[in-house]
Amino acid sequence: MSKLEFLQGNIACAKGAIAAGCTFFGGYPITPSTEVAEYMAEALPKIERGCFIQMEDEIAGIASTIGAAWTGARSMTATSGPGFSLMMENIGYAFMTETPCVIVNVQRGGPSTGQPTMAAQGDMMQARYGSHGDYAIIALCPATVQECFELTVKAFNLADQFRCPVLVMTDEIIGHMRERVIIPDSVEIIPPKPAKPTDLPFATDETEIPGFLPFGSGQRTHVTGLTHDERGYPDSADPQRHETLVTRLVHKIESKRHEIADYEIVNPDAEIIFVCYGVPVRSVQQLAAQDKTIGYLKLRIVWPFPEEVLKQFKCVSTFIVPEMNLGMISREIERHTTVPVVSAGKIGGDLHTAQELQEIANAYKATRGRT
Amino acid sequence: MRTEIRFAGFGGQGIITSAVIFGKAAALYDNKYVVQTQVYGPEARGGAATGAVIIDEVEILYPKVVDPDIYVIMSQDGFDKYGTKTKPDAIMVLDSGLVHDRPNCTYYEVPASRVAKEDLGRVIVANIIMLGALVAATGVIGREALKEGILTSVPKGTEELNMKAMIQGFELIQKI
Amino acid sequence: MKAQVKEDWFRQDRLPHIFCVGCGNGTVINCVVDAVYDLELDIDKTVFISGIGCSSRAPGYMATDSLHTTHGRALAFATGVKLGRPEFDVIVFTGDGDLAAIGGNHFIHACRRNIDLTVVCMNNQIYGMTGGQGSPCTPIGKLSTTTPYGANETPFDLCELAVAAGANYVARWTSYHAKELRNAVIKGIETPGLSFIEVACQCPTSFGNKNKLRQPIDHVNFFRKNAIFLQKAKKMEEERKEIPAEAVIVGEYARRSRPVIGGRI
Repeated sequence: MSKLEFLQGNIACAKGAIAAGCTFFGGYPITPSTEVAEYMAEALPKIERGCFIQMEDEIAGIASTIGAAWTGARSMTATSGPGFSLMMENIGYAFMTETPCVIVNVQRGGPSTGQPTMAAQGDMMQARYGSHGDYAIIALCPATVQECFELTVKAFNLADQFRCPVLVMTDEIIGHMRERVIIPDSVEIIPPKPAKPTDLPFATDETEIPGFLPFGSGQRTHVTGLTHDERGYPDSADPQRHETLVTRLVHKIESKRHEIADYEIVNPDAEIIFVCYGVPVRSVQQLAAQDKTIGYLKLRIVWPFPEEVLKQFKCVSTFIVPEMNLGMISREIERHTTVPVVSAGKIGGDLHTAQELQEIANAYKATRGRT
Repeated sequence: MRTEIRFAGFGGQGIITSAVIFGKAAALYDNKYVVQTQVYGPEARGGAATGAVIIDEVEILYPKVVDPDIYVIMSQDGFDKYGTKTKPDAIMVLDSGLVHDRPNCTYYEVPASRVAKEDLGRVIVANIIMLGALVAATGVIGREALKEGILTSVPKGTEELNMKAMIQGFELIQKI
Repeated sequence: MKAQVKEDWFRQDRLPHIFCVGCGNGTVINCVVDAVYDLELDIDKTVFISGIGCSSRAPGYMATDSLHTTHGRALAFATGVKLGRPEFDVIVFTGDGDLAAIGGNHFIHACRRNIDLTVVCMNNQIYGMTGGQGSPCTPIGKLSTTTPYGANETPFDLCELAVAAGANYVARWTSYHAKELRNAVIKGIETPGLSFIEVACQCPTSFGNKNKLRQPIDHVNFFRKNAIFLQKAKKMEEERKEIPAEAVIVGEYARRSRPVIGGRI
């Protein structure tokens, strides 16, 4: 029997984590994400092997999360912009060491301290490129409280499947608003690829993803953020070694972006297609209910960007991209299409209204009318 | 039909709590689609407190209140901030002991804080009296749903007090 | 699994190591291995963790699960490992730069929490791996590539810091005091809570070279000559005798039983 609850997005993320079998949370309180930590602080000690720890800063939060992941715990941290910035180096470490873990970022207005209590989507490029070096990432963007629950569960599964850090990029609006949520009795758990103690810890097959054995399994794994070989031993001065490793790490995610992709298309034959993710999806859906001439692509997973999806819109003459930043994913879309892209960025904390989006669509229609 | 409800008062009155209880009652016990939001930040520490609930029969997409249909106002500050711009067909339930001005829309004067203090002995349940009054005045959700919402939200041992407060709210409207 | 011989604790296929000739780190690693061997710890239930720097390369040579993390963050990673599996013995190798500069905040908080870790800090008073820059433990007047006129900041006393922050076991020895060091590591592992063992050790390449301790043995001799036992130093203080600036005060700074987290279940 599933259960109906009336929950904040942040609590839904935390409940999703618990449902997914998360047993470790290491974090540092930051507005507007604190409810995630508070819920985990209450819930985890009641679970077998469950552990919550409030660390001294966000660097330590993600570090402890990665450490716990190597003991086999499904582990998570949650933060917002300033903390997300502090986590960047260790997110790169998690990527380099193929550590499965989940980071919830309840986005607020930046840069710097910015708007602690107002929503934004200004961390989307930082999510993709914020750590140094070449890497790939998986980033999920819920648009409802229900999706906060579902996508957090999914984040844990993707982290284990692909052996990488996975980001749940929510925002202050979704994080703090309450909606009715269906909490299922149980959720699907996809474990990491199994391994034997005699396997080399970072050796892979055609999937490019190594099996995972936590510490204590007898594999005696050396884990390092240095460029390393299949045994995990550092070998940082061999150009070929680095190229092989980092190319594989990026490719194991990017080459499977179709498999990872999670999106919804409505009215694909429209001339005007809105591309949206996270909370602006709601405004686009409201517009689409009123204006049948528009279509939309709703992305639940933004990174890896499912570029091939853009080809499904055969009649499109423009993509309009409403996002709560000054145009981040709109640039990504421009990289992958010859169709003109209109950025409908909005910052300050207020969500686009359907009326505002209608005006942008109308303005575009007017220019089409003239030609 | 989309109904937007604005709750305003000052910190400590349980304004946010009443918005959450009301939202929960509507979502879980009246089978409505609901989005509940609140103002965070420095304003939420003492000072003014604001919450909102949107109710509809269909999925609510735009989550923010645009132009409230119903107001529940428990402070003059809250009135000054939200109560002066009401649309003519809006309905306001106000704590008559704490709000001195009156709006240009239909309104109900509910002496919630006074009744809570003098009749129930606990001023803290004024917000529940206001919820009872809100439901009695507007019928926006059922009385049974509100009752369930309250009973599943309040601390153990306070159920009876809160039920009395809710019924006081119903009755104060009937007297008007 | 228990080690049959001491060498079982080392990854033979990782040799030769990267440490310079005469580096003090080898002595420290040997003392730690002596300790875990003598304690008959389970190789498969022991995890070595480190940050960045010369000292932090040590876990790479241990035949256990090992986590070579980011600069300064070893204790934060170790906190996650220990809380994830409290039954593990978790030993952190760190250096003065890693622990006291970039990792200073994690250091005091790990001591405050008194999480059940054993932390061995190879204090060579310099950033060895990056080529000899000054650290928070470079003594006043000593030369480094970033203190070309002599360090002018007062260095940290890491043991006093650990004691003040709450660690249950705190000791300082030097690379000359191999036996005492081994015993301290044993006591550290056996004491629940955070055990902090500082080892003053030589870096002939980056520190000695610039500070008239050119040969490895010069700095070891310096430790031998200038080591003052803690009890004696305390007595000298009581008697208002001046403790020489170059003194290295060795001994056990704390062994106590404040509340612990991450202890064995």
